[in-house]
Amino acid sequence: MADSPTPAQAPNRSQSRRGADVLGAAAGRSATSIPAGSSNSVEAGALTRAQAGDHEAFAQLYALHKRQIYSLCLRMVGNIVEAEDLTQEAFLQLHRKIATFRGDSAFSTWLHRLAVNVVLMRLRKKGLSLISLDEAMEPTPTEGPSRSFGSADLRLTGAIDRLALERAVAELPAGYRLIFILHDVEGFEHNEIASMLDCSIGNSKSQLHKARLKLRDALRAQNRQKEPS
Amino acid sequence: MTGDPAKMSCAEFQAQLPELIATGEDAAAHPHLQSCQDCRAFLASLEAIAEAARQLFPSVEPPDEVWERIESAIRREAAGSFDPGL
Repeated sequence: MADSPTPAQAPNRSQSRRGADVLGAAAGRSATSIPAGSSNSVEAGALTRAQAGDHEAFAQLYALHKRQIYSLCLRMVGNIVEAEDLTQEAFLQLHRKIATFRGDSAFSTWLHRLAVNVVLMRLRKKGLSLISLDEAMEPTPTEGPSRSFGSADLRLTGAIDRLALERAVAELPAGYRLIFILHDVEGFEHNEIASMLDCSIGNSKSQLHKARLKLRDALRAQNRQKEPS
Repeated sequence: MTGDPAKMSCAEFQAQLPELIATGEDAAAHPHLQSCQDCRAFLASLEAIAEAARQLFPSVEPPDEVWERIESAIRREAAGSFDPGL
């Protein structure tokens, strides 16, 4: 299979967001805002041929989107072996369903969502109850808003270390992590997340907020450890 | 709870924050923040996390074996040995 020289642009890397809405808006991806790229015409041709059963064209679509889908799976499950397995499953699902794609949204958005659903199905099979998302909404003595103010060390010191944040995300409870990844990293909107996870929009918003609070606490703890005693 | 946003307590402000943020409004312009340094810092830290999230987890290539496994599975399915539990 000839690898494509221009992988499709991942849908989550908009650089155009205003600072003021950085918390509220999804991370730049929406169903209708996939950036146009030089790979679009290549993709369109491959898509048409793949829908007609052309295996080489399907291989081309894989080459265009493998990085995006594998990375998505890896972010969501945090495990290389499982991410490979989920990538395989996502593209097999794509192979089975590609003829049903009608172009109502960008292909990469459709595929992205298909892959998220594959991951969610796997997580459900593994016992991640999405009802636990509701349970996680209940404030506990260690995570209520009351501890979020009144102390002098609220402000995170300096720039956030990317690896430190990745570690903190990896240590989030599964439900929190899922919504944080879907919204803040992958760029889904709350209504999309609510639909995918079969929870309320309010639940999605609240979970995201609590995930950010937990990350903030984790980063503050790491900062304190770095400070000279 | 007071009806005046400028006079709300920190707890009241923070209780409203998830909704305030999710609506896409400029939370930093909330009247409570004009007089509350702690909540300004609190909001700034959440913004920093959301901003940093966009730089997380750089995309990576799957190993070649993944495609080989996909091709094998497609061939199996085409041959009629589709395993729906795959």
